Amino acid sequence: MEAPKQQDTSYTQPNILDEWFVPKKANKDDAEAVVRPSVSYWKDAWHRLLKNKLAMLGLVCLVLLVLMAAFGPIIAPDSAKTTVLQNQNQPPSFEHWFGTDELGRDVFTRTWEGARISLFVGVMAALIDFIIGVTYGGIAGYKGGRTDHYMMRFVEILYGLPYLLVVILISVVLEPGLFSIIIALSITGWVGMARMVRGQVLQIKNYEFVLASQTFGTKTSRIIRKNLLPNTMGPIIVQMTLTVPSAIFAEAFLSFLGIGIQPPYASWGSMANDALPVILSGDWWRLFFPAFFISLTMFSFNVLGDGLQDALDPKLRR
Amino acid sequence: MATYLIKRFFAMIVTLWLIITLTFFLMHALPGSPFNDERNTSEAVQKNLIAHFNLDQPVSVQYIEYLKSIVQFDFGPSIKKSSQTVNDLLGRGFPVSFELGMVTLVVAILSGILLGVLAALKHNGVIDYLAMTIAVLGISVPNFVLATLLIQQVAVNWELLPVATWKSWRHMVLPTLALATGPMAIIARLTRSSMLEVLTQDYILTAKAKGLTPFKIVFKHALKNALLPVVTVLGALAAGILTGTFVIEKIFAIPGMGKYFVDSINNRDYPVIMGTTIFYSALLIFLLFLVDVAYGILDPRIKLHKKEGR
Repeated sequence: MEAPKQQDTSYTQPNILDEWFVPKKANKDDAEAVVRPSVSYWKDAWHRLLKNKLAMLGLVCLVLLVLMAAFGPIIAPDSAKTTVLQNQNQPPSFEHWFGTDELGRDVFTRTWEGARISLFVGVMAALIDFIIGVTYGGIAGYKGGRTDHYMMRFVEILYGLPYLLVVILISVVLEPGLFSIIIALSITGWVGMARMVRGQVLQIKNYEFVLASQTFGTKTSRIIRKNLLPNTMGPIIVQMTLTVPSAIFAEAFLSFLGIGIQPPYASWGSMANDALPVILSGDWWRLFFPAFFISLTMFSFNVLGDGLQDALDPKLRR
Repeated sequence: MATYLIKRFFAMIVTLWLIITLTFFLMHALPGSPFNDERNTSEAVQKNLIAHFNLDQPVSVQYIEYLKSIVQFDFGPSIKKSSQTVNDLLGRGFPVSFELGMVTLVVAILSGILLGVLAALKHNGVIDYLAMTIAVLGISVPNFVLATLLIQQVAVNWELLPVATWKSWRHMVLPTLALATGPMAIIARLTRSSMLEVLTQDYILTAKAKGLTPFKIVFKHALKNALLPVVTVLGALAAGILTGTFVIEKIFAIPGMGKYFVDSINNRDYPVIMGTTIFYSALLIFLLFLVDVAYGILDPRIKLHKKEGR
């Protein structure tokens, strides 16, 4: 097709021929066909998440942190418990990237050993919250009525308990160690998840597709698993992503108070606690590395959680 | 309103009773005796000690006795510091912790709101990004990390402010800063997002059309409504500040309740652990109650006496 000549001062009609236009043959079957592949909820959410730069930064940092937690102690020169007395309190050097502590242990190795513990505690706490909270909230929300009333009264009482105080109390009673911390964190931690799931289920169970399922005679457990939970997965994932940093913070807090991870094991919180007496003498690396990585982990989970919230809940978007 | 208050009050009592019971039985389920330490006391002394603290009675009797004394605000004696009672510790530590907590709360609320408002007014501007960076950092950096970093930089390297104890305002600056940053960040984020929403409302347009000064529009018309979400998180923030005082008082050697609490945990001084836990819980539950009531008064759309349901 030739473009009309623009040099002319008077605009001339381009030569449009009628035979260029052929009416499309209407076909009843084709008219309703979907041309492009449909974008699922998860794909849509993923695209939205990809556009969120801060959340992607968080995701990248988390992947790096997990890789370092997995491989850091392997590539490091010494094991976390090796004490080399000649190497006490060395500043960061080519040999000891993050320096050494007062027992001559390599801070680089201990930092990544600590990362393993912190991430493990965070993920386990979130998983346990997920299992208990979703089951409890799902049953309460779906059963409704009196069951719901009593189940939620119990949750309300637990919700009124100050979280960190309960965690401290349980940690004092149990033998200090990794599993005690996880138990202490999850003993009341699931309550928030249960409340959220219950609220969601209360809404969704009134939709027609649930009614349809019920008329088919589907078992309750199957309705909860197949109809209700998949539709609450978005908020559940957001809640889990935000549980992880708060569990990591709580673990660091406990270890900092001396009732968390016990030596010879290291956690970021206990390393920061150990560094407290020596910062006055200028051994900055003892505090800096654990402090930096706790903050980076909390930052990454928080921004990723925020990003997921925006991505998974289009209704909340502004 | 009255029925709601009464209901909430009873729920509060039940929660508190649960906490007392939980702490009591947890502490009594522990193996060993608090008198089994490195000092070798004779059997007669041990027996006397056990009788003195009523530990020879059956647990049920001890429990009833403990409930009775709690109702009379008597938290019992300290096992490790023989001449002191838990009440003495609370009486000495609480005013200090209360001062720290209150100053922190005020600083966090004022600076958080200011930061949030500025960020919302200059939406997507430099101040907005700066404020939100501070907010994200404030949420990410744990208070004990911030406290130690502040000591290292401000107190040790620059020698600007003193590090320990609680004597003048100069001693208060660093602990308050360390404790207030987290809550401030949360308030700033909340204020910003609810301000952004409120600023698009029609009544703000009306206020602008009437030719009010921007100052009046922001502080009289917008902020009043934007602050409601902030009120809802005040209870949780107070809880965060309260538990934050444990580590902050430990780091800065402030003779407050939090320090005694941490000491009692490390010494396994059970009556002190029980007493302070119960006291803290009571305080927090009461604060949550106050926040709920305040929210009901501030937001007329919320009807407190309506049956709960969502």
